[in-house]
Amino acid sequence: MLRRHKKKDALQGTLDLLVLKILSRGPHHGYGIAADIQSISDDILRVEEGSLYPALHRMEHLGWITATWKTTTNNRRARLYTLTRAGQNHLDEEQVTWDRLTKGVAKVLRFA
Amino acid sequence: MGWVRRLRGTFSNSDSESDFDEERRFHIDERTEEYVRNGMSRDEARRMARERFGNATLAMERTRDADTFCWIHDAGRDARYAIRMLRRSPGFSLLAILCLTLGIGANAAVFSWIEGILLRPYPLVVEQDRLFAVTGTDKGAPGHTDVSWPDWLDLQRNSTLVEAFIGEKITGTTLSIGDRAERTNGSMVSANYFDAVGVRPTLGRGFEPGEDSGRNAHPVTVISYQMWQDRFHGDPSIIGKTQVLGGLRHTIVGVAPKGFYGTFVGYAFQFWVPASMQSQFDAGVDKLEDRGARWIEGYVRLKPGVTIDQAQAELSAIAARLEADHPDTNRGRGIRLFPLWQTPFNNAGALLPTLGIALVVVLSVLLIACANVGNLLLVRAFARQQEMTIRLSVGAGRGRLVKQLMTEGLILSTIAAAGGLVVATWLRDALALLTPPRGGVLLRLPGELDWRVMTLSAGVCVVSTLLFGLVPALITSNIDLAAALRSQSGGVVGARSRAWVRSTLVLVQMSLSFVLLVGAGLLIQSLQAVRSASPGFSTQGVLTTGIDLFTAGYDVRRAKTFQDDFIDRLQALGGVESAAFSRMTPFSYRTYSTASIAVDGYDAPPDQQPTADYNEVGPGFLATMGIPLTSGREFTRADNETAPLAAVVDETMAAQFWRGVDPVGRRVQVKGRWMQVVGVARNARYRNLLETPRPFFYVALRQNFSATAALQIRTKQGPAALAPALVREIHALDANVAPSEIITMREQVERTTAAQRISVTILVVFGGLAVVLAAVGLYGVMASTVSQSSRELALRMALGAGAQDLLRLVLAKGLALTAGGLVLGMAVALQVTRLLGYLLYQVSPRDPIAFASAFVVIIAASLVACFVPAWRATRTDPLHALRG
Repeated sequence: MLRRHKKKDALQGTLDLLVLKILSRGPHHGYGIAADIQSISDDILRVEEGSLYPALHRMEHLGWITATWKTTTNNRRARLYTLTRAGQNHLDEEQVTWDRLTKGVAKVLRFA
Repeated sequence: MGWVRRLRGTFSNSDSESDFDEERRFHIDERTEEYVRNGMSRDEARRMARERFGNATLAMERTRDADTFCWIHDAGRDARYAIRMLRRSPGFSLLAILCLTLGIGANAAVFSWIEGILLRPYPLVVEQDRLFAVTGTDKGAPGHTDVSWPDWLDLQRNSTLVEAFIGEKITGTTLSIGDRAERTNGSMVSANYFDAVGVRPTLGRGFEPGEDSGRNAHPVTVISYQMWQDRFHGDPSIIGKTQVLGGLRHTIVGVAPKGFYGTFVGYAFQFWVPASMQSQFDAGVDKLEDRGARWIEGYVRLKPGVTIDQAQAELSAIAARLEADHPDTNRGRGIRLFPLWQTPFNNAGALLPTLGIALVVVLSVLLIACANVGNLLLVRAFARQQEMTIRLSVGAGRGRLVKQLMTEGLILSTIAAAGGLVVATWLRDALALLTPPRGGVLLRLPGELDWRVMTLSAGVCVVSTLLFGLVPALITSNIDLAAALRSQSGGVVGARSRAWVRSTLVLVQMSLSFVLLVGAGLLIQSLQAVRSASPGFSTQGVLTTGIDLFTAGYDVRRAKTFQDDFIDRLQALGGVESAAFSRMTPFSYRTYSTASIAVDGYDAPPDQQPTADYNEVGPGFLATMGIPLTSGREFTRADNETAPLAAVVDETMAAQFWRGVDPVGRRVQVKGRWMQVVGVARNARYRNLLETPRPFFYVALRQNFSATAALQIRTKQGPAALAPALVREIHALDANVAPSEIITMREQVERTTAAQRISVTILVVFGGLAVVLAAVGLYGVMASTVSQSSRELALRMALGAGAQDLLRLVLAKGLALTAGGLVLGMAVALQVTRLLGYLLYQVSPRDPIAFASAFVVIIAASLVACFVPAWRATRTDPLHALRG
């Protein structure tokens, strides 16, 4: 577990980043997160459910998010994920890293 | 926190599964609604939503992985898998478990001996960590002395750091059982004894304060549970009844609890009396008031938190004050504390080096066993290379493979540890069995399998798993995939990638076995030297026994008459050349009398008081024992109460006090009484074969009488043949008197070599075991080398090599390993054999015979181990091997 945490690959890191960003706007359930990512990115990003839920549970264990069962407006039980303080910090860090990364990649692409 | 939830998740899958089910259902429902909003039919939408969610099981497993500690699940899986693998190759598993069981069992046994004999030797005694043995020291003589009763009381009065002074002295009495009298061990103790050791009698009471003072004032006794059962048949109203001990009726005031054996390593005591009864157990010699009579062997219980150094400093200071106050008795005398495991006055001190050696030996055996199991695992790892390669190539982590292999190892050693504890249980009383019995005295040298021993054994089990399991596991998991997939067989003899590891293991095994064998060889020679060493008296044709007239109620006058009459009757018997009484027989476990000595013209160093031990002997004692005189005469019946006091000194004493002048006709002062030296006797050994010569002398029994006496008989008959006549002659004088066990002097001497014999037995047994294990290891390596090199061997055959050549090739390879091991073993042995220390008697630690014998044994074992694989090599069928 520790190792997976450390040697986290770029793709997984990206998913974490997106999920945390969505949750920074307020608590949400899994389906909502996936739907938001898809709609905000104009259908460019489609999150695989098979990846989303393991990622959510993993981040829960890392303490970045917490989960609670809530009843929705149409009277159904949904698992709501909320960003924690640690998650917010992590999001801020990752966002800086991501910005630098994309800037760098963009420069190289322009140059070449 | 996450880990709490995860731990819960690890053990209750169902919760997280149904949680996840609900979450998934919600997701799919929402997705379905979305599709419906976009114009799909409901059925279609649900199908699409499901499809899009993907493989539900996979997602769930991955989610659950996040919810659990993988390694706990893995460990369970590894264990199940390992058990399956071990059961699939029962031969391998049995061999490995057998090797480890022997290794771990031997270790657990030695641990239990060390615990039961050295560290916590006294069952039921509380807080033995705070107990220390007390002895006296004498500036003029090395070693330890006992402590006098007045000194003991003064130490007790003046010490502030000691919680309790537990004074005691091993003693014995004669209990008659039918026609034979048997010695029974007991102890004279300070009145605080039972309170201080923390043992409450099962029945009655312990001793009361003051019961240890006043000469013979308190004839009371606490008897052992065993004596209560055996002699009194567990009589519940035993308290208040009497038992004759030391010739006097003692009132039984208590019964010690079951499992309490007293505080003397080696013996189980049967009774305790207060120290005030001392003279009754020393044939009438009163030592209670005598500061010069040193007889107490005791312990101190230090107050909590006091270190041995602090207590030692305080007691030394008190001893120095006593030295100043009582120079005539205490000049040069000090007090010394020892940890229990170094107690010099009981068998702890004697067994310490033996147990040390035993520990080294069993650790070596364990190493050898581990090397064997490591080798076996490597052989199997080779066979499982295919499996490992496949598992690696489909993505198993190397770490997982190592863990899997270590799990197998741990299961092997856990089973072996369980078996080892069984072995240790069997071996608990082995030391007592190796120690010769003394008539009637209950020996007790038990192993103790308490939680400390268990914990240590478990530790050994884990460490050995690491030892034998880690290297194979690392090597196995470190397979070069590309190379492994290329080819599975072929190769050149000895060129296998991991051959060097296995060779190293065999090398280590061989060298360790060699060292053990050298040690065994040295000790065997030493034991032989000890046995053939002359004690300075005849061991052939002399029998010894004892007749305790004191206990039988004789007064001095009657006892003297009895002894004289009995010697006359014995010497009238056919086959008896001569017979003589003495207070002590040489090599007895009892202690000689000691006296301060003064000689005209001899000035001792100012801070020393010369002393010498002596024996009270009857007429003809030296002739009967076969101790020659170098000058003068020995005692005759004329040396009686009315004659001048006479003494016979030995050569050491003559040399020290008279410096080369024949002392016959001169005088010596013994305990203030002047005696005439009438003879000089050749030096002999008096206590054991290994003692260093110290001045010793003899006085006439008649002039220093003891009614409790040993009897020496010079005869060509054996003990069994003479016994009936002996009993008949005694009964002719008094039907109520019985002799103690009759043995030869040779037997008497042999009994003092127990430590050597135990060491030899341990080294020979475990050295032999080590050689067998090492040979099995060598065989394993050679056998698998041959089977892996079948193609090379076949090729050599096809090219014209004969059976002879192949035999030579394989044997040479095997013997090269052995030779390496021998060189290494030789280097180690030359360094370590001197650690055998005092157990080596007249044998050099580098004795060539011991080295040569070990060499031959190892070579022979190696030849046997290599021959079978070599022979199999010559049977290689070239056609078959090359085609396959």
